[in-house]
Amino acid sequence: MTETTLTGRFAGLANPTRFLALADRLILPMAVLSLLLLAAGLVLGFRAPADYQQGTTVRIMYIHVPFAWLSMMCWGVMSVAALGTLVWRHPLADVALKAAAPVGVVFTGLALATGSIWGKPMWGTWWVWDARLTSVFVLFLMYLGVIALTRAIDDAGRAGRAAAVITLVGAVNLPIIKFSVDWWNTLHQPAAVFRMDGPTIHPTMLWPLMITALGFTVLFFTLHLAAMRTEVLRRRIFAMQRLAARREEGRSA
Amino acid sequence: MLALYVRDLKLGIRAGGGALVGILFFLAVIATVPFAIGPELTLLARIGPAMLWTGALLASLLGLDRLFQADREDGSLDLLVLAAERHMLPLIVLLKCLAHWTASVLPLVIAAPVLGILLNMDPLANAATTLTLLVGSPAVTFVGAIGAAVAVTLPRGGLLVSVLILPLVIPVLIFGVSTAYASVNDPAPFLPPFLILCALTLFFTVLGPLAASAALRAARG
Amino acid sequence: MTHLLYVAAAYGCAALGLGGLIAWIVWDQRACRQRLTRLEASGVKRRSERAPS
Repeated sequence: MTETTLTGRFAGLANPTRFLALADRLILPMAVLSLLLLAAGLVLGFRAPADYQQGTTVRIMYIHVPFAWLSMMCWGVMSVAALGTLVWRHPLADVALKAAAPVGVVFTGLALATGSIWGKPMWGTWWVWDARLTSVFVLFLMYLGVIALTRAIDDAGRAGRAAAVITLVGAVNLPIIKFSVDWWNTLHQPAAVFRMDGPTIHPTMLWPLMITALGFTVLFFTLHLAAMRTEVLRRRIFAMQRLAARREEGRSA
Repeated sequence: MLALYVRDLKLGIRAGGGALVGILFFLAVIATVPFAIGPELTLLARIGPAMLWTGALLASLLGLDRLFQADREDGSLDLLVLAAERHMLPLIVLLKCLAHWTASVLPLVIAAPVLGILLNMDPLANAATTLTLLVGSPAVTFVGAIGAAVAVTLPRGGLLVSVLILPLVIPVLIFGVSTAYASVNDPAPFLPPFLILCALTLFFTVLGPLAASAALRAARG
Repeated sequence: MTHLLYVAAAYGCAALGLGGLIAWIVWDQRACRQRLTRLEASGVKRRSERAPS
């Protein structure tokens, strides 16, 4: 596919009616696909043998790891949307950013919640200020900040551009935060607590994990698309209300 | 350029004793610590650098939302943005940040060693904390400028600015405090975290004004 | 065997969170569609200056 047709396709989506039609067509199949993937992954996961060290709690991994991965991917999606707002001025980009933030905060919150439920039997405590947990926690706070910002400004375009700036600054900062939290952690806790080594994971557990991760990713995009559709409708309502109010004014004058 | 700096500096100093209120807030935060955790001097000395940093961070966030808002209200912000063809807007933002830092944050840094005595910190730790505050606090102001620029159209943006900014300044806090601790605890090296802190400040000196001016342009619609 | 409880709690938490998110999105969308149809019924037209009834 050449560059021009790709941009042409994106430009076509700038028409809200065309976007709504596309979303209507996509959402149901995507939802079904994600449900199938999740069901398959979880069934496989529960039939896999339990880990000899962690016992049955390892099954939390099948949801925890996808949540953690999606919490980061969502910020990536938001950053691309932010670039779309600031650089290409695509009208759908700030819709995408605003719609992604609540989905992202729920996924991040669930990554923290399932992680802490996993941590209780493994570490004996609900929460440790482990480097990875702390970074995700900071990410959670950043999501909340962006949501608060998008809700605080009335004008949709202005809110979108403000949120885009903050999102990009956050994206630039995330590696720094990760690095400094790692540093801070080695300073305060020399003994590494429980580490889950990714590559050495047994294949009977890896496959279900991959499938659930894929399922949750499709679920994320389904929810994102649905939230974007709502946002487009909401803007249409605002536009119509403004029009109606103006007409009302004209009549009374 | 220099005139802008001097103007902002004068405004910052005159505006309702901004620096004084900041120092008072800093003092209040530090003074509540012994009441909260007890007057045990060794414990106070141990957490001293951390408390000074936290207090200074919170105090420097106080006046941030006014960084651009006052200019917006009297219309001079529009003039500054319009003048961007002659002077780069990020440069103007940088100057405004520096003026803000000199008027409201530098006094906090100067007050820090006095408050450190209250927390029973030994002279070396006190000096090191003040030095790290001096180096690190501009970074807080520059990051804060992004938040202030984003929230410039909001009538009550102060709380929102703090919420947006705090996660972003965590790296500065981490390296500031660990540098201060490294000066006291012998095995920990002092120079690496200090240099990283300097690097963070320089990095935010670039990123902050750039992002803030992008946000200011965006806010004009 | 209390570990099973933790697994159940984690999955329950996830189900609750995702369920809440989905319910919110669906509810929000339904509310928007209702307001839209009501506006359209009351004769507001987009991008057309048709005289009000």
